[in-house]
Amino acid sequence: MIKRSRLRPFRTLGHRTTDRIWRLGAGARLFWLTLISSGESFRRFHLTIREVYFTGVMSLIIIVVSAFFVGMVLALQGYNTLQKYGSSEAIGVLVALALVRELGPVVTALLFAGRAGTAITAEIGLMKATEQLSAMEMMAVSPIARVIAPRFWAGVIAMPVLAALFSMVGILGGYLVAVPLIGVDSGAFWSQMQANVDWHDDIVNGVIKSVVFGVACTMIALFEGYDAPPTAEGVSRATTRTVVISSLAVLGLDFVLTSFMITL
Amino acid sequence: MERTTIDLWVGIFVALGVAALLGLAMKVGNLTTSNIGITYTVTANFENIGGLKPRAPVKSAGVVVGRVGDIKFDTETFEAVVSLNVDKRYNFPKDTFANIYTAGLLGEQYIGLEAGGDEAMLKNGDKITQTQDAVVLEKMISQFLYNKASESTNDAPAATKSDSASSTKAADDALTASPLDAISKPVTP
Amino acid sequence: MTQNIVEIDNLSFGYKGRMLHQGINMVFPRGKVVAIMGGSGSGKTTLLRLIGGQIRPNKGEVRVDDQVVHKQSREGLYQLRRKMGMLFQHGALFTDLSVYENVAFPMREHTQLPESMIHDLVLMKLHAVGLRGAHQLMPTELSGGMARRVALARAIALDPDIVMYDEPFAGLDPISMGVICDLIRTLNDALGTTSIIVSHDVKETFLIADYVYFVANGTVAAEGTPADLSKSSLPFVHQFVHGEKDGPVPFHYAAGDYKQDLLGFEA
Repeated sequence: MIKRSRLRPFRTLGHRTTDRIWRLGAGARLFWLTLISSGESFRRFHLTIREVYFTGVMSLIIIVVSAFFVGMVLALQGYNTLQKYGSSEAIGVLVALALVRELGPVVTALLFAGRAGTAITAEIGLMKATEQLSAMEMMAVSPIARVIAPRFWAGVIAMPVLAALFSMVGILGGYLVAVPLIGVDSGAFWSQMQANVDWHDDIVNGVIKSVVFGVACTMIALFEGYDAPPTAEGVSRATTRTVVISSLAVLGLDFVLTSFMITL
Repeated sequence: MERTTIDLWVGIFVALGVAALLGLAMKVGNLTTSNIGITYTVTANFENIGGLKPRAPVKSAGVVVGRVGDIKFDTETFEAVVSLNVDKRYNFPKDTFANIYTAGLLGEQYIGLEAGGDEAMLKNGDKITQTQDAVVLEKMISQFLYNKASESTNDAPAATKSDSASSTKAADDALTASPLDAISKPVTP
Repeated sequence: MTQNIVEIDNLSFGYKGRMLHQGINMVFPRGKVVAIMGGSGSGKTTLLRLIGGQIRPNKGEVRVDDQVVHKQSREGLYQLRRKMGMLFQHGALFTDLSVYENVAFPMREHTQLPESMIHDLVLMKLHAVGLRGAHQLMPTELSGGMARRVALARAIALDPDIVMYDEPFAGLDPISMGVICDLIRTLNDALGTTSIIVSHDVKETFLIADYVYFVANGTVAAEGTPADLSKSSLPFVHQFVHGEKDGPVPFHYAAGDYKQDLLGFEA
């Protein structure tokens, strides 16, 4: 007979697996409920606007500052390599493509998870811990329609806007380094960029990515908050999980989306 | 916070986002230049299109006049059938010549249209009959190497001959500048 | 219209392996203040949640206004809940809304009243709990007693037929406790609502309740008017009412032999 302790790793593994699957299902269920009770958040759009303020507008500074630095670093690094091949004019293309296709949506989503996602999780978790969600239920108001759905749509609206801003500010940062600082020709910087950045393949695909990331990050943050045990420790753990799971989801989804976009 | 203040900020936020997207479209992307309005489609057959891709530019005298639509393979003639979406504003004579060019040595491939002198103009659905295939680099290299190899076997006994020497040297010069150096090594005497 | 607005019939509820309630029967007549008392963890609050339809019983049923709560559709349940107001233990005010907006919340959600009327109604409700002057404060700026009064104003915002109070006296200073106590009784009589109080504070509850149920070990251990219960000779009720340390509810959580536990450690 096998000793009980030998079986323990398997039991732990099994428990974790079922737990993960259970959470995935619960998350999907919340997503579905959010979608079908979204009518409320469109009928009374000021609820959503309010949340756009908290998730989007409040994230502006971190997004703009990060984008600026990312763009400048890209230009510096890109120039360093490109000038070896005598094509330093292509720096505009490099900066623009890197930002529009990848860094814009991905870095924005990561920053969003850290800035807005955690705030959402903590807020919902505390609302649950202080019985505010129960109180709403007892007032015959669905917390999903009144609390979850507006935050969801706010995130979905805010993310592409932030990602577009990130890309644009990053390109301006790259421009500042490349043209006045390094001395690349301004005309070449823009014209090469325009010749090689495609509206559909690059910009629209970047926007699609950011919308998908917006759905994923916001939903993860909402679910973690909604599912958090109503204790101080539970909320803090849920907040941490929001960042970890959102980041992994963004990077994983990025790979999947990119592979689809490149083959299509 | 007052609702009006929030509304204002969100309004600014969304406006900034739209502005950024427009900036991306106009200043960064090629939406303005690729914005070809109404087009008409003509087809052209090529024996070899090389690396031509859908949405590649169609240029005439260096100006983008259209884009490549789809590319098909004709199983009867064993040729590539390329459809070109040309801007309605630009008309070309019936005997226009369609070439596949490469932008730079290794750049993307595009179609160049050279207008002929015919009175009649190309219409939607017409076919351009005069075409020139893509230059396939591998073919060119092998041809070049073949020529060179035959040259060097002919000239081997009298390598000092001034004309052959200069031609070999010119070829060598051309090759050392390119990464094809390694390929040419074995046949260089 | 039946005389009892809420009826609990042979109700059982529990989680796997641990039954909280086993065959509870209670009735709550219209216009009365009825209290449910019992020790901590005896499932009093759970009873309120069952009445509110937030959880489903394993057996038996809860009827509100002759409708079985757990057999309602979502719509029906929300319809029923509009007849109920609930005061949560810590108020459960919406921390992102001001006091005014908190009280206005149910009106905005469920009615199409014009802003001016909402304004008047909110101030009337706040006046009833004595906090009209605090309408622009945020919940974080309120003391515990004030927060509970605001929550009470919110609970009665839509003039419900039933108001449920979850531990309304817990954690309050004597003055606030007296205020809440007084409010529950006066509001009940003024609005003609039925009040259900869940509490373990004997003195205050006995002061205002018309009828009291004692819950222990998953069943109704005793019931009656406060006057009857004060004189009751039932050991449990006696222990509870007089706050004795030991009795039918033991001081010690079930444990093994004390000597064994202490000395057995070495071996």
